[in-house]
Amino acid sequence: MTTGKRGSQRPSRRAFIGLAGAAAAGSLHPAARAQTADAIRDLGETPSDYGRPSPFEDSKRWSRAPDATASSSNTPLADLEGIVTPSGLHFERHHTGVPAIDPDTHRLTIHGLVERPLVFTMDDLVRMPSASRFHFIECSGNSAREWSPAGAPNVQMSHGLASCSEWTGVLLADLLDEVGLKAEASWIVAEGADAGLMSRSVPLERALDDVMIAYGQNGEAVRPEQGYPLRLLVPGCEGSISVKWLRRIEVAHMPSMARDETSKYTDLLPDGKARQFTLVMDAKSVITRPSGEQKLDGPGFVEIRGLAWSGRGTISRVEVSTDGGDSWVDAEIEGPRYAKAFTRFRSPWRWDGGRHVLMSRATDDTGYVQPTLAALLETRGRSTIYHNNRIKAWEVHESGEVTNAEA
Amino acid sequence: MRRRSSRLAFALLFVVVAARADDSEQTGLGSKPTAEELGAAGYTVFPDGKGLPEGRGTVSEGKAVYQQFCAACHGRNAEGDEAAALVGGRGSLTSERPRKTVESYWPYATTLWDYVRRSMPYESPGSLTNDEIYAVVAHLLNLMGLVGDEDVLDRESLPKIEMPNRDGFVPDDRPDTD
Ligand code: HEC
Repeated sequence: MTTGKRGSQRPSRRAFIGLAGAAAAGSLHPAARAQTADAIRDLGETPSDYGRPSPFEDSKRWSRAPDATASSSNTPLADLEGIVTPSGLHFERHHTGVPAIDPDTHRLTIHGLVERPLVFTMDDLVRMPSASRFHFIECSGNSAREWSPAGAPNVQMSHGLASCSEWTGVLLADLLDEVGLKAEASWIVAEGADAGLMSRSVPLERALDDVMIAYGQNGEAVRPEQGYPLRLLVPGCEGSISVKWLRRIEVAHMPSMARDETSKYTDLLPDGKARQFTLVMDAKSVITRPSGEQKLDGPGFVEIRGLAWSGRGTISRVEVSTDGGDSWVDAEIEGPRYAKAFTRFRSPWRWDGGRHVLMSRATDDTGYVQPTLAALLETRGRSTIYHNNRIKAWEVHESGEVTNAEA
Repeated sequence: MRRRSSRLAFALLFVVVAARADDSEQTGLGSKPTAEELGAAGYTVFPDGKGLPEGRGTVSEGKAVYQQFCAACHGRNAEGDEAAALVGGRGSLTSERPRKTVESYWPYATTLWDYVRRSMPYESPGSLTNDEIYAVVAHLLNLMGLVGDEDVLDRESLPKIEMPNRDGFVPDDRPDTD
């Protein structure tokens, strides 16, 4: 690879994923050779206190409304390798901006239907038995533009409200053990320390399962946009329930029916009824290369790459089609395959220079198969906003350009 | 696996609760809050009224609160402006363009109280007194025809209000595509 410039919105050198890469490996481009020679003659940078990506890299989050407080930003999924999202590229969604919290004064209070209400400092929590787990977080509004047939033009816009990190923290079951649950306890209500005191209810059965109170993300402290110094992490579930800047957990006899579990994050069906507490994110996959707004620079070998994930467990299979879904081949699932985490798939392809529609389809270990848009619309109608896990299609044109396609 | 570990957690809890005196399972970390500290930590309002504090508000008081603190964003009559409409939309949920508002969609009036206390006015949340919150909620429910002009809202009356879409929600029955 001669330069590593990666634009998430515009096609970049890295996005030319045809034969250029193979050629570059064998013989360096003259410009790169000159650069290499300079680098050899000149002394490099001294050590730094916190390393940054190479100046040749320009992966960025993208925001639909960068100036709005109640806003979001999307992960540049096409730029990612493996299954981890760099913490600085993890998607954001907050309703009242990112608060600045001093961990020394931050407290987590657990009270309600408990034997002994307790207040934990960050030091207390870090002293508790810890766990580290890879999990994706996906906003249930991810892929909201995909309710229209062609959907968004690139994968950052279509699927970028999903990211995956290694999270470290305390299991909520351990903390609830410290406070002791009363017999009537059946839900917990979590509250954040943001300006809107964001609040969500979690069924106790799930809270006692694999829910975590996370203070670590990818080896360092959780980033401010992700809830520093403390967030709830409800694996496999819609992102909004993983309350950030966590300050209080009330053990309760019923859900609070908070605004963000009634007015929002509910799914209106054709009969006028709305599904509520649709927490689990169903299995989903997307091809990240080649994907919308990238360009193939000539026929030949292409490795089709993408990500798959399921809120119900592990990914057991990903199939890839290069003919718009007429035929499918099994992709290779390579690298770690954790439950409720991004899973990387790859599939070798030889582009013949013609027009092709590329699609991927995930199956999880419950046997659930990622649906088409048509199947989703048939059961849910047209008023649903959240939980769109349709099969996404990209069209490779004869020019090598890749666009969104109607599946 | 998941099931098993959650059952295990339940079982473990039971054992620990039973053997509280000499529990070796617990770390003993965390400190016991005083009553004042616990009071200051915050609270949640539930649909059955649990959590609602003392206080009261009338429709006419609420109209004044609304005009001063809410109208600029939600419109003079809560019909929506820069921020969402809070009233209207009844009967639209099965239409092609459903209008989801507090009036047409929200199942509980307590949620309105809870949300306004937490999050509104958007730029200065937490600035209203409990009386002002009861009042502004009374005004909004009056605009929806759910509260009479002379009614007073407090912790007793608020949870009794039946929202139009009270039975509009169903549990998650996915997967729904196989
Ligand atoms: C500065 C503008 C502004 C003011 C003033 C304001 N709001 Fe809001 N309101 C908003 C915004 C923005 C949202 C959406 C916030 C979000 O999505 O997280 C909102 C959301 C709401 C909602 C939820 C609507 C829904 O359908 O989910 C209610 C209810 C509400 N406001 C009531 C009030 C009341 C009552 C007041 C006055 C006490 C008020 N607001 C003052 C901007 C404002």
